[in-house]
Amino acid sequence: MKCKEIINELANFLDEALDPCLRASIEQHLDKCKDCRIVVDTTKQTIHIFCNSEPAPLPPSTRQRLHEALVKHLRRVRV
Amino acid sequence: MTSPKMGPVGARPLPSQIVKDDEGALVAAAKAGEISAFETLVNRYERKIFRLTMNITQNREDAEDSMQEAFLKAYQHLPGFEGNSRFYTWLVRIAVNQALMKLRRRRPNVVSLDEEIDTGDDMMPRDVEDWGPSPEERYEQSEMGDILSKAIGELDPPFRTVFQLRDIEELSTEETADALELTVPAVKSRLLRARLKLREKLNTYFRQEKTSEV
Repeated sequence: MKCKEIINELANFLDEALDPCLRASIEQHLDKCKDCRIVVDTTKQTIHIFCNSEPAPLPPSTRQRLHEALVKHLRRVRV
Repeated sequence: MTSPKMGPVGARPLPSQIVKDDEGALVAAAKAGEISAFETLVNRYERKIFRLTMNITQNREDAEDSMQEAFLKAYQHLPGFEGNSRFYTWLVRIAVNQALMKLRRRRPNVVSLDEEIDTGDDMMPRDVEDWGPSPEERYEQSEMGDILSKAIGELDPPFRTVFQLRDIEELSTEETADALELTVPAVKSRLLRARLKLREKLNTYFRQEKTSEV
C-alpha cells in the first residue's frame, strides 16, 4: 500500500470500519512507515483530546439569561 | 425523584456524570410536567450545548441565542419526543439546527452544508512530527480549551460542524449524516479532512523535537 492510500482510508481505519483484510494491509504498512504511523497516532490523539476536553463553565451572565428565559417560558407553557 | 433547584453558577459535573442512567427517568418526569426534572437536564447539558453552538457559530451572541432557543424548543417539543434516541442526541440535533440558522443568517453566501465540497485530492499531511504520549498534560485546562476553540474555529463551517457532531458529541456517522441532511460518504470525506486539518493545527502546539529514531 502507498502512503496516500493510508491517508484516504484513515477515517475508516480509526473508526474501525474496514474489512479485516484492508486493515491488516494498513497495519503492515504502519509497521514499516514511520511517517504514516505518526500521522495515524497524532490524528488519533487529536480526536481523543477534543472528545475528552471539558467544556468551560458558562459565563455567569449567559447562564443567568438562559435560566431567566427558561423560567419565563416554562411558567408560560404550564399555566 | 429529587427536585433539585437550579445549580449554582459555575458548578459543573465531572465528565463521567454527563451521561447518567437517570436520563430516561428525568425525561419521563419532565414530560409528565415536572419542571425541576427539565431543569436538571438543562443544568447537566448547558455547558456542552453552549460549546457546541459556540463552535458552530463562532459568535458569542449567536451561540447564546441558539442555546436558549434549543432548550426552549426541546421543552416545547418534549411531548413528541418518543425516546428513539438519547435525549442528549435529540437535544444536540435541535441545537445544531438553531446554530446553523444563525450562521446562515450571518454568512448567507458562505454556509451551505448540503453542497458538494471539494475536499481536495492532496490530503497528505505536511508536518509529520511526534507529539509524545500525553500532549494535553503540557497545558492548563483553560489554555487547552483556548487552543481547541481556536483550532476548530479556523475550520470552514461544513468541516467543523461534521467534526463537532461526530468526534465531540460522538454521534454515529449515520446520525451525523441524518442531522445535517448529508450522505454518509459526504460525512466521511468531510470528517477525514477536518481531522487532518485539526491534527495539523494542533501539531503547532504539540510537536516534539525530531529525533533520528526510526
